[in-house]
Amino acid sequence: MATSSERSPPPFPDSEDHDVLDSEEVGGRDSDEDDVGDELFTSAVNSPLTEHGSTPSPASQPSDVSMKPPRDIMDDPLIEPLSSQTENKPTSEDASEPSDDFVDLTGNITDSPGDAATDATEIPLDEPADDFVDLFGGEAEAPRGKVVVADVTIETAAHKREAADDVTDPPGDRKTGSNDEEQEAKETSTDSIIDLSDDLPAGDSQQPPPARDRFVDPLVNLLSDSPAAADAKIPSRATVDLFEDEGSDFFADPRQHKSAHQPQKSLFGEPDEDLFGEPLGAASKKPVSKEPRGKPVATKAGSNVSNTGGPLQEAADLFSEEAVTAVPGIKNASTVNSKTNGVHSEEETDIFAEATVELSLDSPRDERRKDVSAKPSASASALSAAASLAKSQSASLEELDEEGGEEEQEDEFEISISVKDPEKIGDGMNAYMAYKVTTQTQLAMFRNKTFTVRRRFSDFLGLYEKLSEKHGPNGFIVPPPPEKSILGMTKVKVGKEDSSSADFVERRRAALERYLQRVVNHPSLLQDPDVREFLEREELPRAVGTQALSGAGFLKMINKATDAVSKMTIKMNESDVWFEEKLQEVESADQQFRKLHTLVESLVVHRKELSLNTASFAKSTAMLGSAEDNTALSRALSQLAEVEDKMEQLHQEQAANDTFSFAELIADYVRLLGAVRGSFDHRMKAWQRWQDAQAALQKKRETEAKLLWANKPDKLQLAKEEIAEWEVKVTQYERDFDKVSATVRKEVNRFDKEKAKNFKREIINYLECHLQSQQQLIKYWEAFLPEAKAIA
Amino acid sequence: MMVMTSTLSVHGHNIKVTEVLKDGDTLTFLIVSQKLSGTGEHHVDRTYDDFEWLQQLLFSQEDEPGIQGVIFPSLPAKASANPSAKVMKQLGFLGLGEWQLYCKVLERYLRQVAAHSILSKNKAVEIFLTSSEPPGRQRARKNLFNRLSQAVEERRKEGYKDVDEFFQTERNHNLVLTCYAKTAAERFLDVVQSEQKIAVACAHFSASLHLCVEPGEDPDKQAFSKACVQLSEVFDSIKKNMTSVAENDMNTLGLGLDLESRCQEAEKEMLFRRTCKLVELEAARRNAEKAKPLKKAAMEEAKKTAEIEFNDICVVAKQEVHRFRAARVKMLQHTLVQWCEKQLLTAKESADQFNQQLQAFRGIAP
Repeated sequence: MATSSERSPPPFPDSEDHDVLDSEEVGGRDSDEDDVGDELFTSAVNSPLTEHGSTPSPASQPSDVSMKPPRDIMDDPLIEPLSSQTENKPTSEDASEPSDDFVDLTGNITDSPGDAATDATEIPLDEPADDFVDLFGGEAEAPRGKVVVADVTIETAAHKREAADDVTDPPGDRKTGSNDEEQEAKETSTDSIIDLSDDLPAGDSQQPPPARDRFVDPLVNLLSDSPAAADAKIPSRATVDLFEDEGSDFFADPRQHKSAHQPQKSLFGEPDEDLFGEPLGAASKKPVSKEPRGKPVATKAGSNVSNTGGPLQEAADLFSEEAVTAVPGIKNASTVNSKTNGVHSEEETDIFAEATVELSLDSPRDERRKDVSAKPSASASALSAAASLAKSQSASLEELDEEGGEEEQEDEFEISISVKDPEKIGDGMNAYMAYKVTTQTQLAMFRNKTFTVRRRFSDFLGLYEKLSEKHGPNGFIVPPPPEKSILGMTKVKVGKEDSSSADFVERRRAALERYLQRVVNHPSLLQDPDVREFLEREELPRAVGTQALSGAGFLKMINKATDAVSKMTIKMNESDVWFEEKLQEVESADQQFRKLHTLVESLVVHRKELSLNTASFAKSTAMLGSAEDNTALSRALSQLAEVEDKMEQLHQEQAANDTFSFAELIADYVRLLGAVRGSFDHRMKAWQRWQDAQAALQKKRETEAKLLWANKPDKLQLAKEEIAEWEVKVTQYERDFDKVSATVRKEVNRFDKEKAKNFKREIINYLECHLQSQQQLIKYWEAFLPEAKAIA
Repeated sequence: MMVMTSTLSVHGHNIKVTEVLKDGDTLTFLIVSQKLSGTGEHHVDRTYDDFEWLQQLLFSQEDEPGIQGVIFPSLPAKASANPSAKVMKQLGFLGLGEWQLYCKVLERYLRQVAAHSILSKNKAVEIFLTSSEPPGRQRARKNLFNRLSQAVEERRKEGYKDVDEFFQTERNHNLVLTCYAKTAAERFLDVVQSEQKIAVACAHFSASLHLCVEPGEDPDKQAFSKACVQLSEVFDSIKKNMTSVAENDMNTLGLGLDLESRCQEAEKEMLFRRTCKLVELEAARRNAEKAKPLKKAAMEEAKKTAEIEFNDICVVAKQEVHRFRAARVKMLQHTLVQWCEKQLLTAKESADQFNQQLQAFRGIAP
């Protein structure tokens, strides 16, 4: 099947191209791209315009989503896009082979999730406008993966279009409304179109997706290039729009994942951010440069968010700084600015990506920072969303100045959670611990700035269960809470007020705090209604079934899961080296951390021992002093006893410091690494499902062939339907897999970053404490020295 | 009364035990002393048996009046190259490290003997320090103090009422101090051992942090790896700090407390010997009173001898006690000052280093 053959091998040339681009001077690169874009599109532009004018948009043009182009573009255009594709990749065989190949191509395209929209636009070409409008409206409103279904069916031309119709439920008003706007848009000058096309290529080059990109690129180009229609350009823009919107929707949107996925292939970095920054930048250009266009765009976007600013803002929230930096770009009227914006986002990818680019790490950052600071001023005349944006932006700017602009710091600024006042409620074995969870936040999504709720331990576990159920399969790394400890809790329940149970409670309290902080620091988990409910709602339904997480069983469970993963890995023919390496890395890190944890724990044990021994030495010194009849010596000895008492305190603090700085931190990371492995596991499952579906599809095909051979037309129809059905499934599953892969990749990168930051912070903390205690020690010795000298 | 003619031909105050050699299970100590006459040095090698021989001879100078009133410098328990757990426990501080402390203690023992006005006169000391022939090996232990029976006796006579107020208080005081000094030394040993364990744990932690270094050029990974390496250095210096703290503890206060506790022990032995003499004397007096005329003379004679002996002992013992008290306070003071100074130095050095490392950490690009 064309799908597999075309998809699976990540074409090297592409990635190389990308690399080359990356390694080039940023400015140079940008201009290059622009030029290319110009060339590409200028040729196409003229004719389209005329056509555009002539084409009477019969039914209603959908929102600028580029419903239009599809309609205008006929079968011919379809083929032509293919040829235009050759402009980028002249080698593509598809170009030469028209319709048949085209079918394949569309099939491929549909495979790659992000293209759903573009597919749709293509397919509609054959179909009457209305349907298209519907389709697009539907897409715009619900840019979910369902649209894909429509795409696939489209490939077989008009008769299957019904399916598309089904998919696109919410056509309605938007159609007409946006129609008008669309019209307007069309009437805009060629210039605007050119601009548009400029944007597009820029976007493409920025997402230099080696493997799948191929399809995407063609599509985009195709749409933009298709000489038949000026509209063609619009579709292209539409695709961009789609991407943007989806980008902002990121979490809900499958397609967006797709797009994210592409850059990842090549970049290995923080693809999502990059991606979003990029489209955003492109978007910004549009609205600004062409007013009329901008409007349609806005309305289009409206389906997701009220205006372009809206989605962007969302993106900004989600992705914080990077996205924010992109946002300012929107406000910059000049194309130059938006260009620089694009540049920056690219640089970011560089920063986070492989070090193939030899840019110093600092300089791009600085630049970016400068730009960011420059942008706010320009943003004064921004869109309606600007106000809120500016706020968050300036906030982030302040932080940039102070802290060097790290994502997490911003997060922390926005929301911080403390878990306090552990309290035993009830008696006997039914007793449980309850904690006060206080949230302080600047985020608008919460009703108040500060609020406190009371939660029991199982609530924390319940939250985790909900989150991991919802987000785990998507490849998110859901931070795990501390596991239940039967031993520790029993001690507390029995009411033993000894130091070990106090220690246990304190450790757990701190662990819960870190757990929640990690959850809210995660941009997508923070958006989860359950998280909000957990933080805000007075009464929470009692969490049940948390028993599964009890005790050491939890860690064991993770171990089992990870074992299963490694077994599956052997089965899975890993096409992506990154994941292979990463999994190994994670596993070895896991072992290392476990080892470190034991070591630190033993260090803590020794520290505690030292503290105890010091205490008893202090006691015996005091006795020795009291028995001494030489007054000076006696005095010195009792002084010494006091000094030793103080030192015991120091040792105790040091033990606590060791515990909380390292032992607990490392324990957290052992848990988190488990979660990381879990996300790999989920990816593997997605892969498995996809493979299974493919196998099933293969079988169906074989049956079809047999039926064909046997000449049984009645059954043949059924078989064809089944094949179609399975094709959809395969596409869906593959998209799921890509999506999960993308997410996992992003999550793991985020995890790595957090890890480095976290450790650094803790180490500094630790050193500060240690230094302090050392200085205290010096004071003690200095005070004691004269006493010792005074003995004689 | 015989007059000891032989005095030492070497300087007593700078006798050194410079080296320890392991020969199978036995430890051989190299002892260096400077000749009084000129620039030459005596180098002799002695085993623990030789030391014990010397100690025996010192104990058994029957012809020296009041020898029993001497507080003999105490010889540490026997060490062997591969000590059993029990021996290690007996040795306490002296078992730590590579016997340097043990050498120090032997050195101190020899110096005390050489400096002692009565003991240094003994020929055995001269032989021990200068003769190239190892003196103690051919004669197996003779006249061994039967420590076990002594311990039993001690218990019995501990509460014996003294005739002399001075000795009574000294005995009481000594009893308390012996006990406390011993506990203090043991507790302090625990402290030092914990410190050593911490040092080891830090070393392990530091070493395995190096294994956490992740390859790759990803900046985050590099940052993490860098943090790991630096943290490893931090823990290495924590380890060094702890090691030197433990060493300071051992070399100063540890040694001091050990010495203190053994000196108290020696004083206790001396006081015990005096008490025994006292008991003996009182028994002789009673016997003399009750004795039948026939034996009266003999009993009186015995009583007189005992009285003379006891008085000799008391005279020597009083001197010894005074000397001991002064020496002890001086020793403890010296120990404490030295300890404090060393710890202060270590703490300051470490603080400096931690500070540097902290700055280095802050310097890492975020």
